[in-house]
Amino acid sequence: MTKPTKDKGRAKAAKPVESERSRAETNLARKLVAPALVLMLLVTAFPMLRALYLSLFSYSLSAPDDREFVGLSNYGTALSDPLFWQDTGNTVLIMVVTVFFELVIGFAFALVMHRLIFARGVVRTSILIPYGVITVVSGFAWQFAFSNNNGFVNGWLPFIGDDFNWFAQYDSSMIAIMASEIWKTTPFMSLLLLAGLAQVSEDMIEAAKVDGATWFQRLFKVILPNMRGAIMVAVLFRALDAYRIFDNIFVMTAGANGTESISFLTYRQVVEQFQLGIGSALSVLLFLSVLVVAFVIVKLFRVNLADARQES
Amino acid sequence: MALTGKNKERAQRVGMGVGVALVLGWCLLPVVWIVSLSFKSQQAVTNGSPGFLPADGGGAGFDNYRQVLQDGDFLLAIRNSAVVSLSATILSVAIATLAAYAIARLEFKGKKFVLTTALVIAMFPVVSLVGPLFDMWRTIGLYDTWYGLIIPYISFTLPLAIWTLSAFFREIPWEMEQAAQVDGATSWQAFRKVIVPLAAPGVFTAAILTFFFAWNDFVFGISLTSTENARPIPAALSFFVGADPFNRPASLLAAGAVVATVPIVVLVLFFQRKIVAGLTAGAVKG
Repeated sequence: MTKPTKDKGRAKAAKPVESERSRAETNLARKLVAPALVLMLLVTAFPMLRALYLSLFSYSLSAPDDREFVGLSNYGTALSDPLFWQDTGNTVLIMVVTVFFELVIGFAFALVMHRLIFARGVVRTSILIPYGVITVVSGFAWQFAFSNNNGFVNGWLPFIGDDFNWFAQYDSSMIAIMASEIWKTTPFMSLLLLAGLAQVSEDMIEAAKVDGATWFQRLFKVILPNMRGAIMVAVLFRALDAYRIFDNIFVMTAGANGTESISFLTYRQVVEQFQLGIGSALSVLLFLSVLVVAFVIVKLFRVNLADARQES
Repeated sequence: MALTGKNKERAQRVGMGVGVALVLGWCLLPVVWIVSLSFKSQQAVTNGSPGFLPADGGGAGFDNYRQVLQDGDFLLAIRNSAVVSLSATILSVAIATLAAYAIARLEFKGKKFVLTTALVIAMFPVVSLVGPLFDMWRTIGLYDTWYGLIIPYISFTLPLAIWTLSAFFREIPWEMEQAAQVDGATSWQAFRKVIVPLAAPGVFTAAILTFFFAWNDFVFGISLTSTENARPIPAALSFFVGADPFNRPASLLAAGAVVATVPIVVLVLFFQRKIVAGLTAGAVKG
């Protein structure tokens, strides 16, 4: 099967028959993608526009009749609230720390799996288990593990007293939250990195070895640069996923001791306090900040999005 | 290098063994822990039972499981999760199959737009939709219903399904369909006997990944439902407080968590290779 219209312009000019065919093809393709496109936009673009609209009102579901146009003042309220910035700070901190550890540990796991000769199936099956475990369950497992009442972490860690309460202050609560997040998502990272590792040519590594490169030189000069695309896509995916962290915080601390994330703040305003006006403003800000994060990562690391979309 | 060939080989083997042990420990320890917790008696948990395994006399056998499986709300939550996740999976994969076929096989203007939309939606901060959807669903009566969850699940799993499927479809040797027709098969036979078996693994992989997403979802589960009419398992677990709100029944919760995790673990055990292929297909060329 040849792809008939790789070069549409020329085909159109030279062969009118071909052009008709390509038009029919476009028509069929549009019919085929329409349901998917409509559904994706219906539940994202449309509500997002509605959030944009509602964010201009003072609107509380507990007093829906008092809805009143207030312009951009909801945004002013949100942006001038220290809580907003504190929660954004938490979210960014969680994103940076978890993605860093996931990258390092995930890469180590990928190296192990790549070189593995025995027990391949067992390792690959186990690595998928954290991926499959519900995030809420992971949150519970780690919350109870860190619990001073019923957990084992205090007993296992040498420098921690048996009655240390991890959830009594900010720092240790954040560590517990990140532990659950890192545990659950490192396997995903390591599988993406494993796929990238498989594309690095063995000949090149062998050649570097023959030239007397040490293991570290081979790693940093040959392997890592050659799987840059895979690393960047993995980082982008995971970073944006970490930025919307919600489940673990909800389950483990419910935002206590200042551990709230920006997603949790938005949720609290809308679902618990029925403040749809300010909640919508927060939704829009959350969406914009994800765009900013995506933009920064793409620009900073020059991620090729075609890699992610499997084009080119 | 001071190591001789034989010693080096042995060192590598030991290193590999340590690596495997670390990976397995990482993946399985928290799972074993929650299973162990589910066997501690509630009495022991209330009094405090630090330690990984149930202490002497602190075990409960299968009591926690018995209690969880007799809890009406928990069973309803399993039912809700099963119905919602399966419906979303079937619909999402069906719709994605059409789109992925077009993306993999046809040339058309707007392909880039579809792929970009899918990419953006895959990274969408779901919580920012909670407010407007909460409001809209209450207005049109979808709040706290199965449909109210199925619809957003379809939308958010479509990107993953489309990527996975179009990656698989690109690898199918479509000319075999024509070859079969030349050999005298009708086009329906050619499709059914040649293309369907080739496409089935991809469709199946997409279905598993979609199901994982729906089963795992928490944000929509807690914000678009309010009763056991539609509340799925993750939300039900998080709202499960027990008799004493200040002292959550950890071991009972753990038993519930294990029950909720079993379907996923079974899927992983049976379809490990397909899941790995599907997960990496969407993100890295290969």
